Amino acid sequence: MSDPAMIWSYLTQGPLLWLTATLVAYLIGDAAFRRTGRQSWANPVLIAVLILAALLWVTRTDYQTYFEGAQFVHFMLGPATVALALPLFDNLPRVKKAALPMLAGLLVGSGVAVVSVILIARGFGIGHEVLASLAPKSTTAPVAIGIAERIGGRPTLTAALVLLTGIFGAIIATPLLNALHIRDWRARGFSVGVAAHGIGTARAFQVNETAGAFAGIGMGLNAVLTAIIAPLALRFLGG
Amino acid sequence: MIGALAIILGYQLVGEVSSRALNLPLPGPVVGLCLLVACCLARPALADRLRPVTQGLLAHLSLFFVPAGVGIVAHMDLLREEGLGLVVAIAGSTVLAIGAGALAFTTVARLTGSTAPEDEKPDV
Repeated sequence: MSDPAMIWSYLTQGPLLWLTATLVAYLIGDAAFRRTGRQSWANPVLIAVLILAALLWVTRTDYQTYFEGAQFVHFMLGPATVALALPLFDNLPRVKKAALPMLAGLLVGSGVAVVSVILIARGFGIGHEVLASLAPKSTTAPVAIGIAERIGGRPTLTAALVLLTGIFGAIIATPLLNALHIRDWRARGFSVGVAAHGIGTARAFQVNETAGAFAGIGMGLNAVLTAIIAPLALRFLGG
Repeated sequence: MIGALAIILGYQLVGEVSSRALNLPLPGPVVGLCLLVACCLARPALADRLRPVTQGLLAHLSLFFVPAGVGIVAHMDLLREEGLGLVVAIAGSTVLAIGAGALAFTTVARLTGSTAPEDEKPDV
């Protein structure tokens, strides 16, 4: 019988353990999401993150070690972003027809996202470095990190805040949009993509294909606009 | 399937290289997305070839955010210190942005007459 400590040390050397754990945690999250009848509060990302965070804590594993295994899953964000081209292509006639409403939704959604997060956080006395990490929180992670670096934020903190924003947006979107009586799938998807980037887009695809396509466009357009708005807003409102 | 995946990775690769070479404000995968839409317009058969793989990827888009999400554990100290402010700022700002964005979209859609057909609307 081999020493369990030896086996554990073997497992911590390679990506196998944490890659498997990431997939299993996601499957549990996804099963819970289906089991609850696709309730938005049972968000698969949130459940998987909680399971994995607890596992890391129990096994005293640091995030670096975890990420060495999980980076293969993380890498797939790139190809998945490219894959958004297909629903966009399939919905192109509808997208062209909705150019003006999309422009309005983009300017308002993006502007409100950046300005309100800076003002509220300042109200709580949050300092400049964290404000700079918060300002691009509605854009997709790689873009947000690039923006935060340019305006004096912390890249890894930005990634965490972006994730919190996406998960919260994905959870709140359905009840919020129902309460506002927004019955247009295009508007529902687009506003969630602008405010809650890829995780909001993933949620939109779970609900409706049109909403998902418009969410993907909202996410892409907001990545460009926030790169322009965030530095300006931080200069004038960031104190 | 491998062929389709190679094509998708190829678009990402070209996107990354051109984003860096031309100093574009867009990240590589978004440039790849734009290029792929343009090529699908020129050759619709390309879209049919890729569709099974892209549908598979997008059905599990949530999975790909999990590793970055676990990164929150590395910032527990700050979340404990400034947690309330950060949570209120993120939650408040996200609610305002989704609500304002959706209302701006539907208002302009009504004004310009580009409303969605009735049968495509959710029951709320």
